[in-house]
Amino acid sequence: MTRTRTKPMLAAFAVGLLTSTAALAGDVRIMWYSDGVEGEVLKDLIGRFMKDNPDIKVIIDNVSYSVVREQLPVQLEAGDGPDIARVTALKALSKHWLDLRPLVADAAYWDTNFGDQADWMRPDGTDQISGFMTQITLTGGFANKTLFEQAGVALPGKDATWDDWAKASKQVAESQQIPFPMALDRSGHRLTAPELAFGANYIGADGKPAPIDDGAKAFISKFIGWIEDGTMSKDVWVSAAGSTYRAGADDFINGQVAFYYSGSWQVPNFSTKIGSNFDWVATGSPCGPANCTGMPGGAGLVAIKYTKNPKDVAKVMDYLASEPVVKEFSERTLFLPAHKGVIEKGLDFNTDDAQAKTALGIFVTASTSLAELARKLPGWAWSDTIYGALVTRVSQAAAGEMTLDEAYTRIDADIAAKVKDSAL
Amino acid sequence: MAEISRQTSQTGQSLGETAMVPVRLAMGVIDAPLRWVQKKFGLGGMAAFFLLPNMLIFGIFVLLPFFINFAYSMTGGTALFLSDRTFVGADQYARLFDCSNYLNPNTCAEDTFWTAVGNTGWFVVLQVTLMIAVSLITALILNRNLMARSFWRAVFFFPVLLSPVVVGLIWKWILQRQGLLNFGLYGFGFDPHVWLNDRNWAFAATVGVSIWAHMGFYTLIILAGLQAIPKDLYEAAEMDGTRAMRVFTRITLPLLMPNLLVVIVLVLIRAVQIFDEVYVLTGGGPGTSTLFVTQYIYETGFAAQLRNPGLAAAASILMGLVLVVLTLMQLGLSRSRDKKGARK
Repeated sequence: MTRTRTKPMLAAFAVGLLTSTAALAGDVRIMWYSDGVEGEVLKDLIGRFMKDNPDIKVIIDNVSYSVVREQLPVQLEAGDGPDIARVTALKALSKHWLDLRPLVADAAYWDTNFGDQADWMRPDGTDQISGFMTQITLTGGFANKTLFEQAGVALPGKDATWDDWAKASKQVAESQQIPFPMALDRSGHRLTAPELAFGANYIGADGKPAPIDDGAKAFISKFIGWIEDGTMSKDVWVSAAGSTYRAGADDFINGQVAFYYSGSWQVPNFSTKIGSNFDWVATGSPCGPANCTGMPGGAGLVAIKYTKNPKDVAKVMDYLASEPVVKEFSERTLFLPAHKGVIEKGLDFNTDDAQAKTALGIFVTASTSLAELARKLPGWAWSDTIYGALVTRVSQAAAGEMTLDEAYTRIDADIAAKVKDSAL
Repeated sequence: MAEISRQTSQTGQSLGETAMVPVRLAMGVIDAPLRWVQKKFGLGGMAAFFLLPNMLIFGIFVLLPFFINFAYSMTGGTALFLSDRTFVGADQYARLFDCSNYLNPNTCAEDTFWTAVGNTGWFVVLQVTLMIAVSLITALILNRNLMARSFWRAVFFFPVLLSPVVVGLIWKWILQRQGLLNFGLYGFGFDPHVWLNDRNWAFAATVGVSIWAHMGFYTLIILAGLQAIPKDLYEAAEMDGTRAMRVFTRITLPLLMPNLLVVIVLVLIRAVQIFDEVYVLTGGGPGTSTLFVTQYIYETGFAAQLRNPGLAAAASILMGLVLVVLTLMQLGLSRSRDKKGARK
């Protein structure tokens, strides 16, 4: 009697277990952060995908950028984490990405359309397909056109230098009584663009970081000088210790700075938040003695190799990387796409804001005149290490805690220590 | 009436009896093994048996992490798993102590660590002193016959209920360039000041905000101590015409000392561990002027692009040692007080 009762119970338990495992097998978890409306757009796109693929359940975990930057690496080191993630530290974490080459429907499609940035996110010396860039970004400046007009100061032209912008912005700030003429994000990536324009080189002959050179020093000393004389916003740079990221976007949105150096990802943000409060323009990157380069970059969507469902993950990735989806995503989010086919066929950005459309056009044009080193850095393993050391020490110099020479020595020492640590 | 009372009493008794049934059953179940333990290991063994669950929790959540952390501190590299890391002996400690002049962090290999140590030291001295003083004064005031005394007690305790992140954000909105304080100053015709960009003001803000956020809790402990002091001592002092200051130093303070000692140790430990509200308020800036040891450990072990868990673990072991010393000091002090009390 007992045996006859136990059997159905065991069978029911086994069925339950199997169905729950099957449900888990179809789960694909995406860790996603948003700068603007892209989370909403993704939710909409994924909703359609799940309608067509009812056997795959996609869960979007919307998190802050700091979670992706600080907590995801720890999860990955522990062999854990989501199935797919939107990240910016693409190269530094590349050992954790899943090779989608054998899993995607058409690897040649991926190579053709995303091949230019594929190296940014794969381990050196491999042909791995790790994912694709959800957006290509480019650093560049923004000017508050209304403030310039009210001050009667002409906007510096296309080939204007950093000095030209500093001089003009200072005149605007004095005339319009705003706290700071210029602001630059507290980010090593942002600081790198003008350093390259001043002739800096980060990569040594052995492929490892080179000591900080005259080009970098030339801009850093100018930058600190600007902070000391009030030309550059001190608030952004001294507002934290370590390599913590801080943006100056809110100051620009509130009309508190005349010129703001950030990047193309701010366009949708400005379009939404500034609206008709004042006129603004994208200026491209100011020139230095060496060139007028900006720094490319962006966020990529990558598959994580610790996933339990690689086939489902590949299906989701194939869908999100498909031409119509990339096109719709870019047009609705106002992000510059990385997809070659989409770029060639052109985009109709989904905005009535003429300023935003013009700004995006300026960034697309600027992306064609990048310095060779600027193109290399996103795919170089040590970029983030240099950015971290730069931010930490330059902000200490900005706060008056150390001299410039001490900051340069510390930057080299910090980078050397990291190189040594990584070899252990 | 008597009948009703008897009925109620009987019902109460029967309810009590019913409630005791499962207790008795449980006692019956555990009685046999407990008797066996006592027979086998004696009374001392019984004590150990009852302490075991607590010791297990302590072992798993305190001792084990401590030893794992110590093991990490003896390894190098950026890998997270202990098994993937290289044994480097005491190298991480040597790196932290590689310094020509400990009073000048710029001469140290890990300058930010020593800056954080210096900042934490100053913070502890200032915050603990002010916290005790402010909490004591507040408790003395709240112990008087004030109008709406309960309301004022709630007002002072309220910030304790807030999350540290909320505390940090509230004060950031007050103290930032376009914050409430500057808005008020501007309204009264004063020049605004960027409080959080000024090294000294930012440091003062971290001390002030942490006192505001936590003083309610310590005030409550001191208040409990004040209310436990027998009233007749004060009445006797009043009859003798003793001055208020003398009453405070000869009656209140000595009798409050056990509570104050607890408060001092709690404030001290909390001050050494300061992190959350300061991280939100100043992020450790301007520069590194409000960078404290816990933030240094967090940045080194987790937030940096190339993490160094070994160095972070070594720094946290050193911080743990400081906390152990502080706790031992407290134990020593309370024991010596107990002995003195026993002699008297």
